[in-house]
Amino acid sequence: MEPIIQLTHQPLDRAALVEAVSHPSDGGIVVFEGIVRDNARGKQVHYLEYEVYEEMARQQIAQIIAEAQQRWQIEHVAVAHRFGRLEIGEASVIIVVATPHRSEAFDACRYIIDTLKNTVPIWKKEVATNGEAWVEG
Amino acid sequence: MKIKIRYFASLRDIVEQSEEWLTVPDNAYIADVRTLLLERYPRLQPIMDRSVNAVNHSYVPAETELHDGDEVVFIPPTGGGC
Repeated sequence: MEPIIQLTHQPLDRAALVEAVSHPSDGGIVVFEGIVRDNARGKQVHYLEYEVYEEMARQQIAQIIAEAQQRWQIEHVAVAHRFGRLEIGEASVIIVVATPHRSEAFDACRYIIDTLKNTVPIWKKEVATNGEAWVEG
Repeated sequence: MKIKIRYFASLRDIVEQSEEWLTVPDNAYIADVRTLLLERYPRLQPIMDRSVNAVNHSYVPAETELHDGDEVVFIPPTGGGC
């Protein structure tokens, strides 16, 4: 199955992504969901603004998934990232990995989110009560 | 020849536009474009020092030779995920 890659302004739909990735041959599904929290480095966060270099981000995410598929036996993967303005409590990223056995699903999901943060051209601006700034890492 | 530069995040805030076409000598390298941009926008210096290069949607080293119509982006440190 081709991996699902979503870059969207719209709220992310966890149930739909899990449904799309589920397969009778898989015994485990691991979902990672990243949420906008109300504080960072001692500041009160008002909201976040994500920006994406879409063509390149899509390509980089596909490459990360391909690398994960070489390391672990994972056939069913979805990676969704939202951009634009996100409020506290909303999901910025959802990664779903379905595998025959659980340990590979955990390992691959962890690998995908960690690598995504480092190499996919997506940026986050924190708008806090005392000003706004692009956040690194 | 002409190349297209796109600006994102803090770079876009500094240059106050999201893209522009630049005329550069034939066979220019990424490193030459960096020099040219820093002359034009000196305030880019700190963030450019921490940015990596991308040409046509792939990461490339500074000694990459450019071709007419290439899309060049200097990628500041990313912050995707959560």
